[in-house]
Amino acid sequence: MSVKLTTRQVGDVTVIDVAGRITLGEGSSVLRDALRDLVSKNQKKILLNLGDVSYIDSSGIGELVSGFTTVTNGGGALKLLNLNKRVKDLLQITKLYTVFDVHEDEAGAIRSFV
Amino acid sequence: MQENASHIPEAVERFLDSTLDSVDSAEELAVGMAQRAGMDEDDLMKIGMAIRESVVNAVVHGNRYNAQKKVRFAVTADGRQFTVRVGDEGEGFDFGSIPDPLAPENLLRTSGRGIFLIRSFMDDFQIRRLESGGTEVTLVKNLVSK
Repeated sequence: MSVKLTTRQVGDVTVIDVAGRITLGEGSSVLRDALRDLVSKNQKKILLNLGDVSYIDSSGIGELVSGFTTVTNGGGALKLLNLNKRVKDLLQITKLYTVFDVHEDEAGAIRSFV
Repeated sequence: MQENASHIPEAVERFLDSTLDSVDSAEELAVGMAQRAGMDEDDLMKIGMAIRESVVNAVVHGNRYNAQKKVRFAVTADGRQFTVRVGDEGEGFDFGSIPDPLAPENLLRTSGRGIFLIRSFMDDFQIRRLESGGTEVTLVKNLVSK
């Protein structure tokens, strides 16, 4: 299984439920295209739910960073939800855990968008 | 190390196509060997990821997907160490030119974390230029009882 994205709207926040592997190739390009599409539609509040992400490599980490930069430069905010231990560990050793606004509770994450 | 670890030495060598499919097959092959050698789940994840990053580098940056070029992939497990060698037929590159991905000015770079992750996950990591012109990386994980 590569990656599957399901997009839903909660108020003015777009939640993307990500499942599968975010790795070099299809996995990372699908995520990149989805985020660019949202930014082009002026969607500025995006919550990435990574709870069902089984694997992420350095290319996938790069895509998270790219998405963060794209959304932030467009005047919006990209936040992360439900990191499993593996993804959390990776973000910590790459010092990116403090770059992202990470949440464990969806309702709280939705409220955190201003 | 797991109680039922196999201490029978194993060694394999494969010449892989320069495609991303090779990344999956290399990971599957080596992780299977690491499992038989007694690595626990945490080490299997680290080894798998380090191998993926190494083979991706060989396919993408070394051989540049060139169908005429192969990736040499060799794994040995001798009861003390688990060793993986990944060699490409590329032009080589200046290892000193890779920026520190943890430096504040580099945190938001979208690439350049692969070798850092390999170093983080393995006990030893070496890079050398091959006489034939390509690059070979050697990854070592110690098989010690925990």
